[in-house]
Amino acid sequence: MSGTFAPRPGAAPLLQQVRAQTLMEARLMLRNGEQLLLAVVIPLLVLVGGVLAADRLDLDLADGTPLEVLTPGVLALAVMSTSFTSLAIATGFERRYGVLKRLGTAPLPRSGLLTGKIGALLLVQVLQVVVVVGTALVMGWRPTAGPVGVLGAVVAAAAGTAAFASLGLFIAGTLRAEATLAAANLIYLLLMTGGAVVLPAATYGGYGDLAAWLPSGALGEGLRAALLDGAFPWLAVLVLLGWTTVGTVLTARTFTWE
Amino acid sequence: MPAVDPSAVPSGPAVVVDGLVMTYDGVRAVDGLSLTVEAGTITAVLGPTGAGKTTTLETCEGYRAPQQGRVTVLGLDPQRDRQELLPRIGVMLQSGGAWSGVRAEEMLRHVASLHAHPLPVSLLVERLGLEDCGRTPYRRLSGGQQQRLALALAVVGRPELVFVDEPTAGMDPAARRTTWELLEELRADGVTVVLTTHYLEEAERLADHVHIIDRGRLIASGSPFELTRAGTTTSIRLVVTEPFPPSAPDALRAALGPDTEVTALNPQTLLITGPADATTLATVSDWCERTGVLPESLTLGKHTLEDVFLQLTGRELR
Repeated sequence: MSGTFAPRPGAAPLLQQVRAQTLMEARLMLRNGEQLLLAVVIPLLVLVGGVLAADRLDLDLADGTPLEVLTPGVLALAVMSTSFTSLAIATGFERRYGVLKRLGTAPLPRSGLLTGKIGALLLVQVLQVVVVVGTALVMGWRPTAGPVGVLGAVVAAAAGTAAFASLGLFIAGTLRAEATLAAANLIYLLLMTGGAVVLPAATYGGYGDLAAWLPSGALGEGLRAALLDGAFPWLAVLVLLGWTTVGTVLTARTFTWE
Repeated sequence: MPAVDPSAVPSGPAVVVDGLVMTYDGVRAVDGLSLTVEAGTITAVLGPTGAGKTTTLETCEGYRAPQQGRVTVLGLDPQRDRQELLPRIGVMLQSGGAWSGVRAEEMLRHVASLHAHPLPVSLLVERLGLEDCGRTPYRRLSGGQQQRLALALAVVGRPELVFVDEPTAGMDPAARRTTWELLEELRADGVTVVLTTHYLEEAERLADHVHIIDRGRLIASGSPFELTRAGTTTSIRLVVTEPFPPSAPDALRAALGPDTEVTALNPQTLLITGPADATTLATVSDWCERTGVLPESLTLGKHTLEDVFLQLTGRELR
């Protein structure tokens, strides 16, 4: 048999498939205005606005200058916005529009799809880090953390990504797309203001002891410990891995592809 | 995955469904269905909405596990051998399947990049008339454009077997012709096509083999020619002005003799299938007079798949 449509089936090499999926998802994320707002604009507003307000009001953030304290917190916020809110909303609508179903019959295995999603998250996060750190440097941030602190920050951010991504997928896999949109944004707002992500848990008073055990608090405290004190944030990483386990088990038990 | 020998003519069954039972919420959507799709054919699965067509297809595609019975596709188990099977099949979903913000051509390029030897994207874009909307986000495509894109996505990986679910529902006549021509070319090039449809015209024009299913069961199978016994049988569709008494069809059946079938489609419509000669017409006319009804219309026609369906189920298709 010959002809234009003569069968010649075959899957592309897995690495090529994952790469294609990663770039596709990252492109779509950056193309979407609301996602970009969440990923870049809000963290920048919090950083610049927070530092200006703290200077104006002469707030005492205990551990250092407002810029020193807020930069790790805003990095934590950026990680949370992408790995939780953006991922949940995007996945919720992928279920609704049958994208996951469609890709379910492409050669890309489900593990490859998941790897592509995580790859896209990491790409967007690199962009976020460049923008946030760049802005902080321009504003006069002089990071003091040594190699241990930087490693600790990277590990905490990775553990935070895993924790929030697993929780985001749990929401996206159980709720309808619109409900996911609402829930993911609401939880993001609640955690941003009351989750010890941008501001240290210590500034919340007694509630701060509880907030530090939230995934948001653990991520914020972890990045602050790493970047302010140059320490490796063991406890925060363990808490985040605990949340990852919870999120993964819940997602694995409940996620449906349509 | 080795490439298929291009000189190999496909033969044998591409799909075997054996005693499939699928129950949802206590309703048997598929009720002991068995059917075979021969390789290299266009095979239509025909039935009204809710007959179990999509459920059956989705079981073949590996989306659902058979609750009872067995499904084999290209000799593989769609669930167990999923990763081996997926590159070899193409699936056209009934709706959706793309990100709302993705551009038509970008989506096609993406799915192409997941395959080892995809068709040139430009070729499919041209063949399916997607040139004008290649850069249009998916959510802004018309329904027909979305369907043509879905068909392109199903064939871009050069599969051996394509499942198309209601491929032309809602398409305008030109797009429908384009789609039919593409499906026929697929068959000519050795691709097996499994098509669900509730358009009889589509099944009659395209299919080498038709499986008619209703309420999750196979009720008839054969080529369109066999099913309609074309040439030997015609049908008369009689509509009368007043409802006839329930016993009236039996009286007509008795009057017409064993070569003719009489089906009451509703209390005012009869379908009469058999040799439509002058005698038959006279008998029908006589029956009208005796029953006390006036013919409103009397249509003579070739026996169609639609008539077959009506006779088998006593219901309109659709």
